[in-house]
Amino acid sequence: MSQATQDASRSEDNSIILDIRGMRVAVRTDSGEGPVLVDDVSLQLRRGEVIGLIGESGAGKSTIGLASMGYTRRDCFIVGGNIIFGDTDIRAISMDERRALRGPKIAYIAQSAAASFNPAHTLMEQVCEASVRHGVLSRAEARAEAISLFKQLDLPSPETIGSRYPHQVSGGQLQRVMAAMAMVAKPDILIFDEPTTALDVTTQVECLAAFRKLIRGHGTAALYITHDLAVVAQIADRIMVLRRGKMVEFGDSRQILQQPKEEYTRRLVTERVAGHSFVDANGAGEVPILAIEHVSANYPGKPKVIDDVSLDVRKGDTVAVVGESGSGKSTLARVVTGLLPRVAGDVRFNGLSLPPRLNERSKDQLRRVQMIYQMPDVALNPQHTLLETIGRPVAFYFNRSRAEVRARAIELLRQMDLPESFITRKTSDLSGGQKQRVSIARALAAEPDLIICDEVTSALDQLVGEEILRLLKKLQEDLGVAYLFITHDLGTVKRIANKVAVMLKGKVVASGDTATVFSPPYHPYTELLLSSVPEMRPDWLDGVLASRATGAAMTAALLRAP
Amino acid sequence: MRILGYKLSATAQIGVVIVLINVLVAVLAPLIAPFDQATPVGDAWADPDAQHWLGLDNVGRDILSRLIYGARMSIGLSLVITVLSFLIGVISGFAAAVAGGWIDQLLSRLVDLLLSMPTLIFAFVILSVLGSALPVLIVTIAVLDSTKVFRLARSVAINIVSLEFVEAARLRGEGWWWIVTREVLPNAIPPLTAEFGLRFCFTFLFIAALSFLGLGVQPPDADWGSMVKDYRDMINFGSAAPLYPAAAIAILTIGVNFVVDWMLSIHSRGQGEGA
Amino acid sequence: MLNLILQRFGLGILTLFAASVLIFIGTEILPGDLASAILQNSATPESLAKLRLDLGLDQPAYVRFFEWLFGALRGDFGHSLANGRDVLAEVAPRFANTMFLAAYAAVVAVPLAIGLGLLEAIRQGGAFDRLVNVFPLMTFSMPEYFLAYLLIKYVAVQLGWFPSLANVTPETSFTDRLYYAFLPMLTLVLVIVAHMMRMTRASVLSVMASPYIEMAILKGLRKSRIVVRHALPNALAPIISVVALNLAYLIVGVVVVETVFVYPGLGQLMVDEVSKHDVPVVQACGLIFAATFILLNMTADILAILSNPRLRQPR
Repeated sequence: MSQATQDASRSEDNSIILDIRGMRVAVRTDSGEGPVLVDDVSLQLRRGEVIGLIGESGAGKSTIGLASMGYTRRDCFIVGGNIIFGDTDIRAISMDERRALRGPKIAYIAQSAAASFNPAHTLMEQVCEASVRHGVLSRAEARAEAISLFKQLDLPSPETIGSRYPHQVSGGQLQRVMAAMAMVAKPDILIFDEPTTALDVTTQVECLAAFRKLIRGHGTAALYITHDLAVVAQIADRIMVLRRGKMVEFGDSRQILQQPKEEYTRRLVTERVAGHSFVDANGAGEVPILAIEHVSANYPGKPKVIDDVSLDVRKGDTVAVVGESGSGKSTLARVVTGLLPRVAGDVRFNGLSLPPRLNERSKDQLRRVQMIYQMPDVALNPQHTLLETIGRPVAFYFNRSRAEVRARAIELLRQMDLPESFITRKTSDLSGGQKQRVSIARALAAEPDLIICDEVTSALDQLVGEEILRLLKKLQEDLGVAYLFITHDLGTVKRIANKVAVMLKGKVVASGDTATVFSPPYHPYTELLLSSVPEMRPDWLDGVLASRATGAAMTAALLRAP
Repeated sequence: MRILGYKLSATAQIGVVIVLINVLVAVLAPLIAPFDQATPVGDAWADPDAQHWLGLDNVGRDILSRLIYGARMSIGLSLVITVLSFLIGVISGFAAAVAGGWIDQLLSRLVDLLLSMPTLIFAFVILSVLGSALPVLIVTIAVLDSTKVFRLARSVAINIVSLEFVEAARLRGEGWWWIVTREVLPNAIPPLTAEFGLRFCFTFLFIAALSFLGLGVQPPDADWGSMVKDYRDMINFGSAAPLYPAAAIAILTIGVNFVVDWMLSIHSRGQGEGA
Repeated sequence: MLNLILQRFGLGILTLFAASVLIFIGTEILPGDLASAILQNSATPESLAKLRLDLGLDQPAYVRFFEWLFGALRGDFGHSLANGRDVLAEVAPRFANTMFLAAYAAVVAVPLAIGLGLLEAIRQGGAFDRLVNVFPLMTFSMPEYFLAYLLIKYVAVQLGWFPSLANVTPETSFTDRLYYAFLPMLTLVLVIVAHMMRMTRASVLSVMASPYIEMAILKGLRKSRIVVRHALPNALAPIISVVALNLAYLIVGVVVVETVFVYPGLGQLMVDEVSKHDVPVVQACGLIFAATFILLNMTADILAILSNPRLRQPR
């Protein structure tokens, strides 16, 4: 039977390929049974079907994906339920038999391609490895299949890319090679575990399209795990919403997106959809608090990271700086704070020029500009209590007595909606969202005029991130502090910023009021960015691909231009 | 048994017991030793009996008492040297990591140079000319050993310094003293403690080796290494005399290593696959 | 990458030079009159003056240093103060003996250690693992002479299988050498196998915690293949480091073992001559030891650079 006929007949076959009934996964250590990661989850996956598993972190979606292959991470065990693949109950067979399934029958595509490839071997070796070791294909057959898949996935130089090493290939390309690696043996089920989460928005579109093409072309069944509802909408036939290990809702994609039944699902959907009305422009103050004028900077011996950037932040403003990785937005923050001295141009604070280096600035200058970081876990000293963390700026800048410091710290905690009893806790005891609140409190303790927020919600779950944004907005209304908001997420920009600057390869390509910049006519890069953000409509991806096909040359030129 | 909330493995428990016994013996030596360490009390090489459990040595001194006093000398000396080398190594290592730039380069190159030379040979050469007075011994070995502590302290500090909360402190305008003592140090304690244990073992063995070769602690002070040297010929006559101090050395280092091993294993594990 | 290697090589040469300076300082310039230290009680003003002249102590330090260094490079280390013989003639056969012992121990220990370490990593867990874990921890904590004397007492004296004194002369045949040097070799092996095995196991296990290993498991590969094909190539660099470190240690540990077994090697010579204040011999021994040590460390670093996959294939 030819390949095409095989695929075709497979896509007509509607039988159930994976039947999960009441799966339970829990942690088990020497001290007994711990938290339950997956609690009574059931689903039936048919051939050719894609089920999306969606939820925030801790929902258990990855655990379900891995457990479907009979695999659990350290200290975790499948403690209940049945996992039936075809005719076999995976829990009932031996380790060796399970091993035989992995690769040829069920294949896994991980979140980080860079971490999933062995730096010591070429890509081709690793792509063919599973099929060859399991005896499904000969080495030559596997090679041929691999190259054919590279072509299908639109990878550059498909004939030769296999001879490269993982570190010689870009992130988006590596992700697609990983998909090829999973497909070589033509498995019945593909498990995608957050495969595009770590990629830039523009790369994400390419990968999504490639994956969809692959699945539909071969009639493979798939479990697509992600936290992004808009992404899963493009690719899944049915969606299961998970929360803390339990199933919240399970149904047809369109139904979930347009008529969600459960409260939690509704929150996820509306948060994503909201933010279509822009924040009002704000014209307060003649002298900008922060004036960045024609600033350029580079690391010693390297080419410019920021090139002739100009930006104003006035009192009460929230100025967003948006761009993808490599755009220079984070470096801009380092130049403003003085960690990286500028090579050209001027940075003025309230009209007075700030010295380029951190150690040349006065205490007061340092006090007025504060920063909040992306990763809450490393932004706070895990060995310090909340009192030490929040109280230090108060003591350091204002020389208050111990009692005054404590009182102020408690007051700040209250503003953050954190309980007063937390003051004696160590920061390592808190959750991600709580830590971020502490970071904000620490910044506010210095009573600054400007706070630089560096991707402050990127590492947080969607709903938690929304809360932080709401908190930041409220604080701005109460205290009149200005924000320089660095982010890659356009949705956040729309929600919180009244001004925006779009950066590409170190230059500002568009800036001004958010409403103006994000309405037509657009700068071509802005248009590219905006169109790359997945929307909840299931046919969004098709639309983008169609318009990209016509503008493909221009898109490519934009992204490659110096 | 639990320490600070962590459960001790079987070997770690043995290790803790060994260390405690040794420390007690060293501290209480004058109270528990039946005889003086330097005074002969009988014939040379007398066999063990009820009064002298391990017999007498080559000059007629009680071996058991010398072992007990030797604990004091050997452990005390090693401890002093380790503390000194630690102070030098940690301060310079942290300074290099926090200051960066040319200070770091200079110190690192210097340490690399010292590290690539064989310590025993060096100690040998130096001590053979300067003699083995205790202060000389202490300073020489402490300086040579501090290079290894420097390496670890610096790498630990660099890892910590790369975390954002240190940058946050810098942005605040904190001076380097605050950064080193309040931001870096509290997070560096676990790996440094394990390293202290390891360094102690090495120093202890090193002193014992030097004494064995005749360059360490000089008579009449009792020290386990030199005791092995003095009794070595007796092994050919079937006496176990040199084995007693050698065994004492071995037992203590094994004990410390058990504890250190357990400490290190808390921080790193392998992969798992559950059903 | 070639740059890195050349840099490392240059650093090695520099270190060697620094070592020679320190050795020279250690023996000739430190406080205390060298001549009286040598002659001690039998010193008279005339003999002291003559000795000083012989040793060239009237010349400035750096002149003496370079004379010594250049002489050393030519193979001329001067004459022994104890018996007047040419130092090189004394030292060369001793050095050969020490190298033999070290090589003997290395050839046995390295494959044994790496094999055991790998095996342990594959079969991780269980009573076997714990036992094999504890035993090396013990032997590696012990002073070499403890092991040596244990071996002597039980294997040599009580069982009589091997001699307790390693009586090797230039005329001893190869097989006889293997026999005489067996116990010293065994002592050294016991100490270094322990260390290398633990490090191999630790490196492999640490690599096994990498995410691409999880990927390999999820591709359904057998554990042995994962350890050998995926973990080992990435663990090579630290393993090579440890092996070289231990070989370098061998050069030094051999001093104690030679003393215990009275094996006529360089270490034992150095110990004997130090007490006689035979400066030229001590200098020569010190320099040779240092050079071998530094060379081995340098080779280890270069091998580590070569075995790092990322450095081999630049972007």
